[in-house]
Amino acid sequence: MAYSSFLQMNEEFSLLIVMISLLVFDIFATEKSMRYFQPLALVLFTLHTVINCIPRDAFEVAGGMFHYVPMQTYVKTILNIGTLIILLQAHQYLNDEANRIKKGEFYFLTLSTLLGMYFMISAGNFLMFFIGLETASIPMSTLVAFNKTDHKAAEAGAKYILSAVFASSISLFGMSLIYGTTGTLYFNEIATVFTGTSLQMMAFVFFVVGLFFKISLVPFHLWTPDVYEGSQTNITSYLSVISKGAAVFVLFTLLVKVFPKIITEWQHILYGLAVLSITVANLFAIRQQNLKRFLAFSSISQAGYILLAIISGTALGMASLVYFVLVYMFSNLAVFGVLSVIEQRTKKVLMSDYNGLYQTNPKLSIVMMIALFSLAGIPPFAGFFSKFFIFSAAVQQGFYVLVFIALLNTIISLFYYLLVIKAMFIDVNDAPIEKLESDFPAKISFVICTLGILIVGLISSFYNQIAVFSFGI
Amino acid sequence: MNFLSLFVLIPALMMIGLFVSKNRKQILFIMTFGASLQLIFTSVVTYMYLAERAAGNMAEMLFTADTVWYAPFNIHYSVGIDGVSVVMLLLSAIIIFAGIFASWKIEPLTKEFFIWYNLLSLGVFGFFICLDLFTMFLYYEIALVPMFLLIGIWGSGKKEFVAMKLILMLMACSALLLMCILGIYYQSGASSMNILEIAKHGIPLQAQYYLFPLTFLAFAIKGAMFPFHTWLPDGHASAPTAVSMFQAGVLMKLGGYGCFRIALYLMPQAAHEFAWIFIILSVISVIYGAFAAVAQKDLKYINAYSSVSHCGLVTFALLMFNQTAMTGAILQMLSHGLMAALIFALIGMIYGRTHTRLINEMSGLMKVLPFLGVSYVIGGLASLGLPGLSGFISEMTIFVGAFQEADTFYRVLTIIACSTIVITAVYILRMVGKILFGAIQDEHHKHLEDATWYERISVVTLIAAIFAVGSAPFWISAMIGESVMPVITQLAK
Repeated sequence: MAYSSFLQMNEEFSLLIVMISLLVFDIFATEKSMRYFQPLALVLFTLHTVINCIPRDAFEVAGGMFHYVPMQTYVKTILNIGTLIILLQAHQYLNDEANRIKKGEFYFLTLSTLLGMYFMISAGNFLMFFIGLETASIPMSTLVAFNKTDHKAAEAGAKYILSAVFASSISLFGMSLIYGTTGTLYFNEIATVFTGTSLQMMAFVFFVVGLFFKISLVPFHLWTPDVYEGSQTNITSYLSVISKGAAVFVLFTLLVKVFPKIITEWQHILYGLAVLSITVANLFAIRQQNLKRFLAFSSISQAGYILLAIISGTALGMASLVYFVLVYMFSNLAVFGVLSVIEQRTKKVLMSDYNGLYQTNPKLSIVMMIALFSLAGIPPFAGFFSKFFIFSAAVQQGFYVLVFIALLNTIISLFYYLLVIKAMFIDVNDAPIEKLESDFPAKISFVICTLGILIVGLISSFYNQIAVFSFGI
Repeated sequence: MNFLSLFVLIPALMMIGLFVSKNRKQILFIMTFGASLQLIFTSVVTYMYLAERAAGNMAEMLFTADTVWYAPFNIHYSVGIDGVSVVMLLLSAIIIFAGIFASWKIEPLTKEFFIWYNLLSLGVFGFFICLDLFTMFLYYEIALVPMFLLIGIWGSGKKEFVAMKLILMLMACSALLLMCILGIYYQSGASSMNILEIAKHGIPLQAQYYLFPLTFLAFAIKGAMFPFHTWLPDGHASAPTAVSMFQAGVLMKLGGYGCFRIALYLMPQAAHEFAWIFIILSVISVIYGAFAAVAQKDLKYINAYSSVSHCGLVTFALLMFNQTAMTGAILQMLSHGLMAALIFALIGMIYGRTHTRLINEMSGLMKVLPFLGVSYVIGGLASLGLPGLSGFISEMTIFVGAFQEADTFYRVLTIIACSTIVITAVYILRMVGKILFGAIQDEHHKHLEDATWYERISVVTLIAAIFAVGSAPFWISAMIGESVMPVITQLAK
């Protein structure tokens, strides 16, 4: 085996270098030089994002354990940008008196989850996949419980780790059954022998449940609202965007690459899950008063929409999926960013607290409104385009009824997104949230998100770029 | 990109201008300047269109341009206009222009109000110039969501409830429409979403049977067809003046235009099969709307139901499938747009003075508000179809066209629909008599000020347009007449 082939894993290595240098800096830095920690981290991570955004030719490392295709670069770049935005938004939180000493940990944990996702995305073998999945989950649970003195955060952390471990174990059991029936763990070899005998079907179902848990589809979503509510807002946004984005991409590639022979079966499964996720989550979202729980349900229903792209199983679906994740990332992170600024300063997370926000904080309200409109799929914002493409990909494969159900649900979702907008713009409040000044990094993050929402849809080259590589899958 | 895109570009630039504007003066300057520019530009385009036609260019759509936008989905940005779009563009430009003067003193958040108002106008202009299903839908949706904030923030009465109800009902019909658009595109097997292209390909009959009723319904809801008109009276009543004008004058026309341009044009065979259902519903709208208007006490509700009645005639005439009736339908859209906008503007102005819209709380206003009173009478007369005003031309054309169908079913329904003229006269004359004539009962009403200069501009613009259409309709009806022919030919296949 040529060890030099390991060097081809550019993204992973460069992320590792960023992580280790931050860790070393954190250990040896004096109290005074810790001031430079965050700027350094942000610069390094931005560099990492920039140098890794050009797709390369496909290659394999370690005999197919690690399998790279150009599309993965786009997905990883999307995750990078998302993480960068979250780090910018977390800047303020990490500068607080109480959290100052935990800066290093925050960055290291966040980036190691990201590394886990990289491996999960590029895996060519179930073992590699599992290692990636666990590398992404275990630091995540630590992050969820990051506010360790907070009762709710601790509870959320426990809930997350218990359910995550449970889901991974079921998934692992599925993998072992797959190995038992096919005699291999390599994706390309399984694809030829996996024909869907009843044992194999059982193995398949056990396996995908682990991923469904990560994407938090109904009925595997029960951990979501509590964990979202309990954990620190920036972590919540990480969970809902980055973690989910990686998982849906992996789900798509696995289904298409490893299980093409049982396409009708998994289409049935996804059909049911999509309808359930979208509808149930929407109905629950209407009743939420706490905005973090509200966004938990909203993100579950968005995950249901993503299934519409997966269910088509085509290159068009693939491109639409990645595009959807990109747009969803900008929109959701903008909403979470506003939430985190407000929660950080005032500890207010209820929808009624947002009444009359526009009078005091017009900029934050506008960012939030644009993002919510984008999530609801209102033109000219990017969310409209991403939803349209997803529906189009599904209709192309003849899923008319499914798309119709999804469309009906967009009306429900518009209703609850409008409730927030109504609170901010229309409802009057004698004591609205006072005028807040967000710090510079947070402002940059809002600018990136807003520009993303406005531009990604209207300028078609983003989608076309993604579509170029979607055929390779 | 050709010069037609300026229709969208001007409102977009105005929005940017408003965004950076600092005070009220600048805002109003940008709005007046932009809307006048838009109006002039629309007139120039109308002239160019007529000149091109006179020069013998008989293409179905003129000034077409086509740019690929999203290649994987065959989405193009393609524009082009025919006579019907020209009429609609003119209507929109006039109403948007008049709307600005009608909301000259809008408070609070003047800047935001006009930004949203511009977004609405961007949506409708875009809708009327586009030929691609996707972009049409995009603009259609753009012209929808600002309504929520416009009604919610600047409205009156139960504004929050109404804003939500209106937006959800209309979103439901756009969801339906989106479904139909995807269906139309994938079933036709055309290589682009351009409607001319799809019309050439044709849609399989089986698919038409599903798609036509749904598409037509989706647009008809926007045009307030019974029993899906319920968003409209509340929406009109709660909206601020300029938005009521815009809604009645332009937004409802998106429905009629869509029925004409998409439903009938692309799915002609199924249109023949299902026409009777929608004709019956239209006639119910016509009669029910008129009777409902008789029963109302609130001025805005009276005119909202009158809109239901008048717009019912549009779908009714469209479904007659002959040239005269269809020309009448488009004329009716134009004429109703103008007179509904005029009446809503006047109601807004009267309400601004009397602080009531209930007809039994007002009387004798003609003595204190002669200008507004006379204008109101003109609007009312146009609405009941007085010769010389626009309403007469359009309704006459519709009924003549409808009666051409030699079938008993059509004739009976036409006669029923005709009776609306009488009922309209009842509610219009009752309303005018009650609020304008007689003795002034309310002491406060004795000292009201008549229209200010900006209100006069708004009202005079609309009245001039009504007179123009009413007294010289020939060039417009000729222009529409030849533009509905492609649809008629499709339907005759």
